Amino acid sequence: MAGPLRTAEPSAPPPAPGGRRGGLSGYLLLLPGGVWLALFFVVPTATLVATSLYDPSGSLQLGYRMTGHVQNYADSLQDYAPQLVRSFVYAGTATLACVVLGFPLAYAIAFKAGRWKNLMLVAVIAPFFTSFLVRTLSWQYILGDNEALVSFLRAVRVLGEDGHLLATPFAVVTGLTYNFLPFMVLPLYASLEKIDHRFLEAAADLYSSPFTAFRTVTLPLAMPGLVAGTLLTFIPSAGDYINSELLGNPQTRMVGNEIQDLFAAGDYPTASALSVTLMAAIVLLVFVYVRRSGTEELV
Amino acid sequence: MSQESAPQGAGADLVLSGLTKRFATFTAVDDLDLRVPQGSFFALLGPSGCGKTTTLRMVAGLEEPTAGTITLGTDDITHLKPYKRPVNTVFQSYALFPHLSIAANVAFGLRRRGRKQVAEDVERMLDLVELTGLADRRPAQLSGGQQQRVALARALINQPRVLLLDEPLGALDLKLRRQMQIELKRIQTEVGLTFVHVTHDQEEAMTMADTVAVMNAGRIEQLGPPEVLYECPATTFVANFLGQSNLVAGRVVGGSGVSGGGDGGDVVLDVHGATVRADRARAVVAQGDVWVGVRPEKVVLAPAGVAPPEPAGNCLRGGVVSDVSFVGVSTQYLVRMPWGQELTAFSQNSGHHERLRTGAAVDLHWSPAHTFCLDASQDAAAGVEPEDR
Ligand SMILES: Nc1ncnc2c1ncn2[C@@H]1O[C@H](COP(=O)(O)OP(=O)(O)OP(=O)(O)O)[C@@H](O)[C@H]1O
Ligand SMILES: [Mg+2]
Repeated sequence: MAGPLRTAEPSAPPPAPGGRRGGLSGYLLLLPGGVWLALFFVVPTATLVATSLYDPSGSLQLGYRMTGHVQNYADSLQDYAPQLVRSFVYAGTATLACVVLGFPLAYAIAFKAGRWKNLMLVAVIAPFFTSFLVRTLSWQYILGDNEALVSFLRAVRVLGEDGHLLATPFAVVTGLTYNFLPFMVLPLYASLEKIDHRFLEAAADLYSSPFTAFRTVTLPLAMPGLVAGTLLTFIPSAGDYINSELLGNPQTRMVGNEIQDLFAAGDYPTASALSVTLMAAIVLLVFVYVRRSGTEELV
Repeated sequence: MSQESAPQGAGADLVLSGLTKRFATFTAVDDLDLRVPQGSFFALLGPSGCGKTTTLRMVAGLEEPTAGTITLGTDDITHLKPYKRPVNTVFQSYALFPHLSIAANVAFGLRRRGRKQVAEDVERMLDLVELTGLADRRPAQLSGGQQQRVALARALINQPRVLLLDEPLGALDLKLRRQMQIELKRIQTEVGLTFVHVTHDQEEAMTMADTVAVMNAGRIEQLGPPEVLYECPATTFVANFLGQSNLVAGRVVGGSGVSGGGDGGDVVLDVHGATVRADRARAVVAQGDVWVGVRPEKVVLAPAGVAPPEPAGNCLRGGVVSDVSFVGVSTQYLVRMPWGQELTAFSQNSGHHERLRTGAAVDLHWSPAHTFCLDASQDAAAGVEPEDR
């Protein structure tokens, strides 16, 4: 008859009073973040996945039926595989361009800027004070057919007589690069800035020329920043549609453009299936990337 | 010391001539002249901030000298890039590469010079510094003393012509430190490398080095074998920094002229009314006012008026024991003299004489052979370590 008494604390080992309280307050502290995550990440993701399995013959007006229609994925892939691949190619190219432009910049700010350091950092962040849309629109002018840049490039024969920049893949990648460059520079700067100058002296003492020291010491120590920077540029670039919308043409459409159009047209199941595919592909790529670039060289 | 023609035998001596380093207006190293013979163990000893690290950095090529030259054998390396110098450094701050394993840290220099097979050498080196089995760890996973030994291994493995050691044993406990001192000394004699060893620790400098240079405020105060430095300090700074000294104001009253003036070559001094003798050879100054010096362990205390067990020669009377501290192997006495100065005497606890008590009236006895005379214009407290004051 001791049953009900015992079930009060079923088989839990008697915890140390302090540990018990610590555990409880730990969970309490997690609560706000947990609620936030549940509300704005778990629920939407679950809804998205659910929507991607709706019967595609429904509509917003008539309502959708949950039929577990996995075929949505195959259909969306069949129709939009080129855009998906293009998204990754553009995002990859833009990320590469961000590394090429961002690394020297971050390096210069960290090691060579002296008292200009803070000013240069502010300059990196300054574009955020204006809207993303306005900044992208301004590239329409910069790359426009009647503007100075194109005229100049035509004059020096880099572009043909009727060559243009706007509405080309080049313009889209340029826009992506421009918009996400700060997300590359800032984490890179943070990593580089932390590198103790004495490591480079030790490398020099141990027969490393400045270039070798860069390759064997500076670069590995900057890896965390490089990984963070590439993720912060690649992931949003892959899902972006503004740059393609404003600077591209129908042949440069990215998967984001298609998803946006599908939602606008009310084809929720296909749009959701495409979104889930994009998300899964990014997660997979990032996972492989972090695995390969990570652990070995990271501190 | 302008460009001495290097004799043939002294193939790869490290020679610093007129070496100077100024940071803005502050002179960290001041017109330094130094010859470190090839294959010798050379210790650079001096208080914090006297320019030891700066000197090493110039030799390593990490700091550009303001003036002067550095030559290694016949090569002028003053302006050579650090990675082209046959010189390696054990850094005061270790500067181990945090992203590399211990093994990779140690192998770094060999790899940069194109060696492929390094595993064996690395293992041998890690054995030598007693870090066997830690090869795969990262520097952050080692204790301070272990990191220091990795820094040592990382430099030693390259067998440079000159190894610069910037307080390489500072973080080790006494036992390991003694052990590593012996190990270092053994490696140095075995491999015949030139070691320039920077240290705060005078005992370490004296036990390990063939030659000790005492540095102060960017200059070399005195340079020589440890025994000579200890027995015949040339300046008050060396007298106080290397061990302790009693320095008493005195005046030369005889024996300064022709040697053998009836005094057996000794300088005769007047010290607060008492007559004291000093070995002529040990008097840096033998005229006028001087500091008369004697090491505390050379002083024998005897109760006032009683002759010491063995006649010593010099005697100062009228002292009163003001402090007695027992330190195991010896007892340290502070004796207040009639003119107010406190002198120090160490007495071995050999059990042959009874311990004196505070307040006892004593005489100080010591031999003229242990007396030295220094320039009276120097500060008698120069080089006294703060805790000794
Ligand atoms: N880059 C620098 N700029 C200005 N002053 C410096 C610089 N490097 C060293 N100094 C000064 O030069 C002096 C000598 O420094 P150094 O590091 O050579 O001392 P040290 O003898 O190695 O001292 P420690 O025993 O404490 O290591 C110090 O007073 C220091 O403040
Ligand atoms: Mg130093």
